[in-house]
Amino acid sequence: MTAGGETLTAGVIGGTGFAGGELLRLLAGHPNFDIEQATSRSAGGKTVGSVHPNLRGLDLRFSDPEDIASVDVLFAATPHGVSMEQIDRYFEAADTVVDLSADFRLPEAALYDEWYEGHDAPEYLDKAEYALPELNRENLPGAELIAGGGCNATATMLGLKPLVDAGVLGPDTGEVVVDVKVGSSEGGAGGGAASSHPERSGVVRPYAPISHRHEAEIGAYLGLDVSFTVHAVEMVRGASATCHVFPDGPVSKGDLWGAYRGAYEEEPFMRMVSGGGGVYRYPEPKAVAGTNYGEVGFELDASNERVVVFSAIDNMMKGSAGQAVHAANVALGFEETAGLEFQGLHPVGSP
Amino acid sequence: MTQAECVECGGDVSLYDDLEVGEIIDCGTCGAELEVIDVSPPVLDRAPELEEDWGE
Repeated sequence: MTAGGETLTAGVIGGTGFAGGELLRLLAGHPNFDIEQATSRSAGGKTVGSVHPNLRGLDLRFSDPEDIASVDVLFAATPHGVSMEQIDRYFEAADTVVDLSADFRLPEAALYDEWYEGHDAPEYLDKAEYALPELNRENLPGAELIAGGGCNATATMLGLKPLVDAGVLGPDTGEVVVDVKVGSSEGGAGGGAASSHPERSGVVRPYAPISHRHEAEIGAYLGLDVSFTVHAVEMVRGASATCHVFPDGPVSKGDLWGAYRGAYEEEPFMRMVSGGGGVYRYPEPKAVAGTNYGEVGFELDASNERVVVFSAIDNMMKGSAGQAVHAANVALGFEETAGLEFQGLHPVGSP
Repeated sequence: MTQAECVECGGDVSLYDDLEVGEIIDCGTCGAELEVIDVSPPVLDRAPELEEDWGE
């Protein structure tokens, strides 16, 4: 572990994607990282600013991923399947690897057989630590391989975790139906027919009605078997999860507040938003766009013995790059909020 | 600055010294709007909800 004030070198593999761009933005403003390298297969030799216009001030050009520079910390923002093939090379270049893909986020190879197309490097799964500090902070210090969580799973688990901690929910307790609304950036920078603007604009499209892969993470880390559906909606950034929870026994609003305050009152990036006054009475993706904050809230529907839980994150920040930097901060002994202080914008249009 | 307990979430609510009965304040933890019922000692209750149409 490093001292809190030390500066380390960082590399980003896959810097042209949306998550890679967010990583570069965060690392460029981070007091403890100097960006040594950003790689790209498609934009080699071009400036980072030519792909990510918000980073035009960054004096850095994309380089070939075949020539990975030796750095202290290597962040990988490549499509699923790449990191599990390249992981030995990554560790030849760096002591600490932070992977944003799905390649190391599940704890067992059997889950990759069930939910993905198997795994090329299952021997690394025991070494990997799940990145989301709100779930796994105690195991992150000193971690050498950090596995970023899925954005939809992150939004869902942040909403449900307090109920699991409080015993309201468990593997054999209560039914949970999850409905997630997500922005177009979740589909990545590559695009396709369904992502072209005329097709994507204005939709409320159930893109994963059943069997979404992120169910595997929710099962692995919260122990919950949830009914999970995801809609693509008119946002660029954001994931908003609505969880309908049917506990086995009665719960009061006081119980719920006790659970949520107990889980999150001391968390630097969690906000509770539930009822109250003002325009924004429940979690809202607009309010966290561009930030590493997560918002959670709930309402108790006594008439049908239901708790409805809301959560909102920026899928590329708390759901990806922000989560990765947050986890790296914890792993390396940096100030936990370093490089992640942006509070968001208000007012702001569609994020 | 004194503190009182939010009747909605149980969190601590910071109160200014010149608080007046009838004043509406909000809880920094949960956002609930709270009415000051008494000031010495401070007593808070849920503020009456405004009659607004929230999309219904």
